[in-house]
Amino acid sequence: MKAKIIVMPKKTVLDPQGKTVQHALESLGFKGIQEVRIGKFIEVELKAGNQATLKKKLDEACSKLLSNPVIEDYEFSIK
Amino acid sequence: MKFGIIQFPGSNCDQDAYHVLANVFGQPTRYVWHKEASLGDVDCVVVPGGFSYGDYLRTGAIARFSPAMKAVAAHAKDGGLVIGICNGFQILCEAHLLPGALIRNKGLKFICEHVDLRVETTNSPFTNTGRRGQVLRIPIAHGEGCYFAEPSVIQQLQDEDRILVRYVNNPNGSVDNIAGICNEGRNVFGLMPHPERASETALGSEDGRLIFESILRAAVNA
Repeated sequence: MKAKIIVMPKKTVLDPQGKTVQHALESLGFKGIQEVRIGKFIEVELKAGNQATLKKKLDEACSKLLSNPVIEDYEFSIK
Repeated sequence: MKFGIIQFPGSNCDQDAYHVLANVFGQPTRYVWHKEASLGDVDCVVVPGGFSYGDYLRTGAIARFSPAMKAVAAHAKDGGLVIGICNGFQILCEAHLLPGALIRNKGLKFICEHVDLRVETTNSPFTNTGRRGQVLRIPIAHGEGCYFAEPSVIQQLQDEDRILVRYVNNPNGSVDNIAGICNEGRNVFGLMPHPERASETALGSEDGRLIFESILRAAVNA
């Protein structure tokens, strides 16, 4: 099984990287861009198991190490 | 006073800190490898600058789980002194020994230059030899030095007089111009600037000495 985890900077946190990329896209002529935010995408290979248990473990992994709850939010899916 | 300097894979200011404490201040100083689970008889821990674990994932994110950091947390809990410089500050935040986090500089650039810092309070073991409002010229060298915390945390830091140093001209977008803060017990201090790189005239500034002299005075008065 594979977990796909997305970690994003919180809305209240500055994302200068996203801003810079937004400006670059605009200067390339891409119209209508309202906001760009840049985060991280993490894939974790998992031994198959009970969904609820895997979810609980991943939650712990995300809040303990993979994201910093002070500045980031995360979400994941398991397939 | 016995100093212990934590060494992680990727630390690169450990030897500068050692030089200043052992050779400039003549204090018994030793390195503590990150796999050591005990600090021995160390009175003050230095978590030095660098790029621990290559800054992988987030700065300080992996270092905080090393055995030595567990010992540092226990040392801090017992009231022992801890100073985290640059990457050390980032690690102390990741370890929840200090609130908030350090994120990418607002201008995205790695900044390596001398900056002016204002001593905001002398009520700490790290600034007790200074004057409130005194300006120190100390170098910074970081890409992720923008201090961030929620407004309620910033308010608490202000109310409890825990912002020890602020930038005179904010170089990196830090909230409230914060360059260094202490914990509630005032025995754990984290700052982005490098006092160990400003402790000898040959290096252009001796202003960083104030931090180490304060630690030594705090030990005498303890």
